Amino acid sequence: MTAYIIRRLLYAIPILIGVNLITFLLFFVVNSPDDMARMHLGMKRVTPEAIETWKRERGYHRPLFLNRDANGAETLTDTIFFDKSVRLFAFDFGSSDAGRDIGYDISQRMWPSLAIAVPVLVVGLLINISLALFIVFFRATYIDIAAVVLLVAMMSISSLFYIIGGQYVLSKVFHLVPISGYDTGLAAWKFLILPVIIGVIGGVGTGTRWYRTLFIEEAGKDYVRTARAKGLSERLVLFRHVLRNALIPILTGVVVVLPLLFMGSLITESFFGIPGLGSYTIDAINNQDFAIVRAMVFLGSVLYILGLLMTDISYTLVDPRVRLS
Amino acid sequence: MARWPQALVGLALGVMTLGLTACSEGPWNNPYPDPEAIANVVYSSFDERPKHLDPARSYSSNEYAFLAQIYEPPLQYHFLLRPYTLVPLTAEAVPVARYLDAEGRELPEDAPAESIAVSEYLVRIQPGILYQPHPAFAKDETGGYRYHDLAGEDLRGVNVLADFPASGTRELVAADYVHQIKRLAVPWLHSPIAGVMQDHILDFKDLSERIEAAALPSSPGGARPYLDLREIPFAGAEVVDRYTYRVRLRGKYPQFVYWLAMPFFAPMPWEAERFYSQPGMAERNLTLDWYPIGTGPFWLSENNPNLRMVLERNRNFRGERYPGEGMPEDAAAGLLADVGRVMPFIDRAVFSLEKEDIPYWNKFLQGYYDSSGISSDAFDQAIQYGSQGEAALTPAMEEKGIRLLTAVQASIFYMGFNMRDPVVGGDGEATRLLRRALSIAVDFDEYIAIFANGRGQAAQGPIPPGIFGHRDGKTGINPYVYRWQDGRAVRRDIDEARRLLTEAGYPGGRSPETGRALSLFFDTTATGPDDRARLNWFRKQFDKLGIELVIRATDYNRFQEKMREGTGQIFMWGWNADYPDPENFLFLLYGPNAKVDGGGENAANYSSPEFDARFERMKNMENSPERLAIIDDMVDIARRDAPWIWGFHPKSYSLYHAWLANLKPNEMANNTLKYRRVDPELRQAKRTAWNQPVLWPLWLTGGLLVAAAVPAVVSLRRRERSRAL
Repeated sequence: MTAYIIRRLLYAIPILIGVNLITFLLFFVVNSPDDMARMHLGMKRVTPEAIETWKRERGYHRPLFLNRDANGAETLTDTIFFDKSVRLFAFDFGSSDAGRDIGYDISQRMWPSLAIAVPVLVVGLLINISLALFIVFFRATYIDIAAVVLLVAMMSISSLFYIIGGQYVLSKVFHLVPISGYDTGLAAWKFLILPVIIGVIGGVGTGTRWYRTLFIEEAGKDYVRTARAKGLSERLVLFRHVLRNALIPILTGVVVVLPLLFMGSLITESFFGIPGLGSYTIDAINNQDFAIVRAMVFLGSVLYILGLLMTDISYTLVDPRVRLS
Repeated sequence: MARWPQALVGLALGVMTLGLTACSEGPWNNPYPDPEAIANVVYSSFDERPKHLDPARSYSSNEYAFLAQIYEPPLQYHFLLRPYTLVPLTAEAVPVARYLDAEGRELPEDAPAESIAVSEYLVRIQPGILYQPHPAFAKDETGGYRYHDLAGEDLRGVNVLADFPASGTRELVAADYVHQIKRLAVPWLHSPIAGVMQDHILDFKDLSERIEAAALPSSPGGARPYLDLREIPFAGAEVVDRYTYRVRLRGKYPQFVYWLAMPFFAPMPWEAERFYSQPGMAERNLTLDWYPIGTGPFWLSENNPNLRMVLERNRNFRGERYPGEGMPEDAAAGLLADVGRVMPFIDRAVFSLEKEDIPYWNKFLQGYYDSSGISSDAFDQAIQYGSQGEAALTPAMEEKGIRLLTAVQASIFYMGFNMRDPVVGGDGEATRLLRRALSIAVDFDEYIAIFANGRGQAAQGPIPPGIFGHRDGKTGINPYVYRWQDGRAVRRDIDEARRLLTEAGYPGGRSPETGRALSLFFDTTATGPDDRARLNWFRKQFDKLGIELVIRATDYNRFQEKMREGTGQIFMWGWNADYPDPENFLFLLYGPNAKVDGGGENAANYSSPEFDARFERMKNMENSPERLAIIDDMVDIARRDAPWIWGFHPKSYSLYHAWLANLKPNEMANNTLKYRRVDPELRQAKRTAWNQPVLWPLWLTGGLLVAAAVPAVVSLRRRERSRAL
């Protein structure tokens, strides 16, 4: 398995270079270094000299990919692309174009994101699995039909509706929790109740329906019929056999998103005033801060690759038949 | 088996209820800590993180909301008097220019502008003003600066300014103001006004070059080694004595005093630059751009722009007194109740990040923000119009004791024509008539009613109300677009616009060359679904004349590029006043200031020798009847040539709770937090009354879950007994 992991990590290098290249191309198709300078210097009374100085200080005065004025290897290395990309692979994100330490900002902002994402994942998982098992128990009855209709309806509703509706009902009408805001440490808990409840409820439709499908598929398999033929109670069949075997795809789905929990949710964080990573990239795009954009895309790619690798490894843990080679 | 999800939810609800009950004495939805309930604090919000907090770099209103409370330039605008009046802040008096000719001989006040080679402003500041406590001033036992020579290991564990245990202060001196003026010329600080000051302050450009030559290169990490600006000579600003400095300008520039009321000219102690320029500081985000250092009534105790910004009362503040005079209506409005009292009246101001309108508005209604603007979505909930069109609060707002303040802003939004464009631009009579016809057709009164909820005033020219040169009433209307009827301005009939269009050579809006409807191009960055209605409205306005308006939607960068290169045709643009002088609006039409050739703010690239000649005379004059006459001429010329469809001056509508006092819209002053007074007891009483938790839904939810669980369990058992799955 070690060889497999090393191989997968080596595969990640060209993927990350590709992602970095695409990010670079997309960003600079829309924004030129001059545009970036204007955005950072402000729109009023900006002089061409100030723009040139800004670019020079941050290395944006160089050519994008190919420096025809340079000699030898510098033709490729004395470029914006090379200068801005190489350090990423050492996870040195450097400073934002506004001068802030990106690594520090990420380390500060990932915790509020996690404070919402982890409870939503855990509580949501428990509730969705429980509801799915309950529905499967009543499969092909009116309860099942009604539940599926309700789940489809819940899936069809925009997350924004849950957020605005939740804020309106729980905070504005019933005055139970703050509408938005955040605090550090333990004082954060009262600000997390509403986004977590909304996050869980917003995910019930999709999650429960997906797990219901998995359980029903498992419940139709031969080993389940055998278990029943042995005279096991339906409760034992569901918990001891169906649930355990359905855990493999559930695990796959969960493990792959684990690293991405760091990245936060834009809409949730924006509406609840949570200072997480969700809005970090979007703010950077709006502010034409390439340093942050490339760092966050790179980090997202690394986490995604890591998630996929963890998924593969988790297969071997839950299913002895799977061997990585 | 099936009981545990319900049990879990019930448990969660129970824990939540108990938790909220146990941990909160006040309303449960209070976003602030309970001990703050009756604190002398103002609660506000911001929706965009400040980019710069260095007074040499900052140039936007969202940053001035913080900066202006911390830094103190020598002058400020009087809080109550109108028209806007400059008064001393740290200065002893508003400086008066002393004029010198090329030989250095003093000239009289009314000397012709051409004879003035140098204007001198002598600024004397008040003694005894202290800086806020700051580690840059901290000294050790030997009297040396404690944190000016830090090694790498000294900064271990230091991430925020509060991690430095010691702080100190010192008296504000004239050298700090000179130091800051020099900072405006520092190339790597990119002060947005460096270009303007280069044109006016003597020796400024050379100073910039001297600084560049004296500077050591940046370290690989990007930090700049300390450069002691005190050692670099500068003829443009010099220290006269401990409390006096002199600024020397090229020629005459009477608007300079207005700049002295902006944070650009606030003092900056050299110790701050020395402190922040040490290796390792920038890497820890410890910069002057992040942690201001001022003499003002407040200091920034928490700078977390992703969550909140907190200003605390500066314990070293000298104690400025509330102004003793105001306008006649101010006494009735309760604005003179605190005359002579020492400011600031509040201990703290908490600004929370609110990006979305809905939570922001709801928190204001719950009493968690003391004041609020009004978004379009909430407008009908807050404002109703009377029979005469006057804005008033709805009964729901009045019931809460909320007050409304309105003010026409010192801004203009206009629709500009690119005067270099062969179809709509140029000085020819035909294109002039075409522009005038369009000025009548594009009905900005209607635009204000539809898209701004009536929050605006149709512009009659470039100068907004409240600025010298603006005229109200019959003499103030643009006669090419309006006529005076029954005591008010009435837009000219569309038939008149059609007639002008025919005279311009486009009968029925048709191009004589193609015989088809004339197509004009509107460049805009408005590309979202919300903008569709607005763009359709513009199309309809042009369609009144049979002209086809083609929308060229583009991103902001491309739009800017078009404007810089002069390839746009028609566009929307705006300007907020830097200072209350007509020069700050009329320069938007000054030929040498054209965007294409001069890189200036004249986005329409309008150039009129008549206008420019008058502008050059007017800009150097003090306000006087003679100046007013020239301004009238200039406005007439601009109206005749119609390089803009004059658009509108936005009107701000602000709501305030009853517990907040000393509120008067001031479009020029940003340092108004010190005047605010709150009644925390009243606020707490209102918050408690408005936010009583409603508990029955919790018990109902729990009950429903239990009620649902019982038949589910019964059914489950029955099913388990009856047959397999």
